[in-house]
Amino acid sequence: MPQVTLVEAVNLALARAMADDGTVVVLGEDVGTDGGVFRATLGLRERFGPERVIDTPLAEQLITGMAIGMAVEGLRPVAEIQFSGFAYICIDQILNHAARMRHRTQGRMGCSMVLRTPCGAGIHPPEHHSESPEAMFAHIPGIRVVYPSSPRRAYGLLLASIQDPDPVVFLEPTRLYRLFKEDLADDGKPFALDTCFTLREGADITLVSWGAMVHETLQAASRLEQQGVFAEVIDVATLRPLDMDTILASVAKTGRCVVVTEAPRSGSFASEIAANLAEHGLLTLFAPVSRVTSYDVVVPLSRLENAYMPDTERILTAVRKCLAFA
Amino acid sequence: MTIVGRFEIESRQYLDVQGRSVQEIPESARDPRLLVALYRQMVLARTFDQKMLALQRTGQLGTFASGLGKEAIDIGVASVMREDDCLLITYRETAAQLARGVSMLEMLLYWGGDERGSNYAAARKDFPVCITIASHCCHAVGAAYAMKLRGESRVAVCMSGDGASSKGEFYEALNGAGVWKLPVLFVVTNNQWAISVPRKLQSAATTLAQKAIAAGIPGIQVDGNDLIAVRQVALEAAERARAGQGPTLIEAVSYRLSDHTTADDASRYRDADELAAAWQREPIGRLRNYLLGIQVWSRSEEEALLKSCLDEVQRATDAYLAHPSPAPAQMFDHLFASPPTALAAQRGQALARGQVDAAGHAG
Repeated sequence: MPQVTLVEAVNLALARAMADDGTVVVLGEDVGTDGGVFRATLGLRERFGPERVIDTPLAEQLITGMAIGMAVEGLRPVAEIQFSGFAYICIDQILNHAARMRHRTQGRMGCSMVLRTPCGAGIHPPEHHSESPEAMFAHIPGIRVVYPSSPRRAYGLLLASIQDPDPVVFLEPTRLYRLFKEDLADDGKPFALDTCFTLREGADITLVSWGAMVHETLQAASRLEQQGVFAEVIDVATLRPLDMDTILASVAKTGRCVVVTEAPRSGSFASEIAANLAEHGLLTLFAPVSRVTSYDVVVPLSRLENAYMPDTERILTAVRKCLAFA
Repeated sequence: MTIVGRFEIESRQYLDVQGRSVQEIPESARDPRLLVALYRQMVLARTFDQKMLALQRTGQLGTFASGLGKEAIDIGVASVMREDDCLLITYRETAAQLARGVSMLEMLLYWGGDERGSNYAAARKDFPVCITIASHCCHAVGAAYAMKLRGESRVAVCMSGDGASSKGEFYEALNGAGVWKLPVLFVVTNNQWAISVPRKLQSAATTLAQKAIAAGIPGIQVDGNDLIAVRQVALEAAERARAGQGPTLIEAVSYRLSDHTTADDASRYRDADELAAAWQREPIGRLRNYLLGIQVWSRSEEEALLKSCLDEVQRATDAYLAHPSPAPAQMFDHLFASPPTALAAQRGQALARGQVDAAGHAG
């Protein structure tokens, strides 16, 4: 079984979806001849032709709006926005149109489209390339928000997102694109959407995360195990609709929960999970739910990136506090 | 000096304001039965429009954007569309929707606050009303891309206003459609006003049609109060699009004879004299004069038409007023193809709460 990186897994999923379904098209800036600035679409144009792997003008609203028009007309477009900082301008199209099309036509028109964009900090890029916009997208009713954290989940969840009859915003953790490899069968099998993945079982504390921070969260769990503390690690994977049942069941077992995200703290998706735990899991908790987040500041330029993002130490500190609460 | 580009913009008119032909009538408008049929549609559309206003004024319809004065644009453009083409509109194209087969009941339901009004029984390929200005121009590009990819001879027709031509998405759409030579007609109703902002404050450009030049596509201005001109210009654009020759921008010059919407009072910002002068150029009287002049229409037929339009509109109104409100489940149903588990609890709460009337009382 070949070992692949996360960005290679994205590429394999796109190729598999395009080979299996002639209605799948890929569009975006530099996705064709160049194969994408991160090479996520490498080789697709040669294999499937320029009509289905479309280099667009530099116009994000056109890319997103086009994908909506294509989807309504029966294609399955996968649109790439080059960096998440350029995706904010697409929120109008996603919120006002993609998310509403099926409902406002009472089922007459669907909008089966995927908007892919790399997300998150930690690769020392210029301004506007390190954003964590997941909570903004997760606030929009009528769409799915998917954020994988490993090559295998990126592959299976992207296949599922392309096959899904409704719009999906698919966030890709840039920092993990080439950080590690996993065995991948390229078997065309989609993973289930709308469900969390329990990556590690444990009875002492529940650690919940998504995207690139799952990596640090798993590292923290390994460190804790060396100290005799067994953490359950949940990768949320689909932020909306949120599988709160899995998180509640875990917390019912452990009684303690730390939620980890690299997004700014206030109004973050960690807050949504903490609020749900307060509403539905209060009596199972031995300690307050703790959030490990970045600060309520704009994402700093590269020299302060590490000081901004949570790391394993900050997760461990929060865990120790949570465990010590009596 | 080296000149690297020159352009000119044609303006087309066949009927003057009195309804006299100013040049030879094109083949597309020589069949008197067709012209009479289109005239009937225009009168029906205006009758319906005025009824919608009356319903709003009496508290029986929500905020409504009248299309008074743009009937020739809507009916002329729709007249060149085939059933399986795709119409994308903003909120002032009631007449075009009527011509496309969207029922009066459906439009009344939509403007009366019921999503079921956008589930058109006919016109299945037509997009729902787009309120966010110019965003639908990009949808037209995507729809046309799908048509071209499949090798179809269909066209996407995207209608917007002069205000929309100031937006980035309008230009992004024109530009993209030009790059891929897509079968799109961009029809801009230049009715001189975007709510209170006059045409001269939208753009320093002499015409809106010339915005096509920057996108490398044909642009033409047409007298939007002249049905024959609108139909002919739209037909030429549609034929080019179906033949794989790409998009066209049509600027149809007209005047918004109504307020922006029922929530607006245009007397706050424009002169009564300007409005009165615009009424002299309006499209229905102009076409009627032409039809009377070539003796294919009569005063008695006019009277019968007005009565039948009023009857038809009243029947739709009666059906609308008798239509039950949607059940609260409508908020959840069709949000996704399959209802997500995560929404089940909220749906249950809404159903248990039941319908809530305007005063906030559960019923």
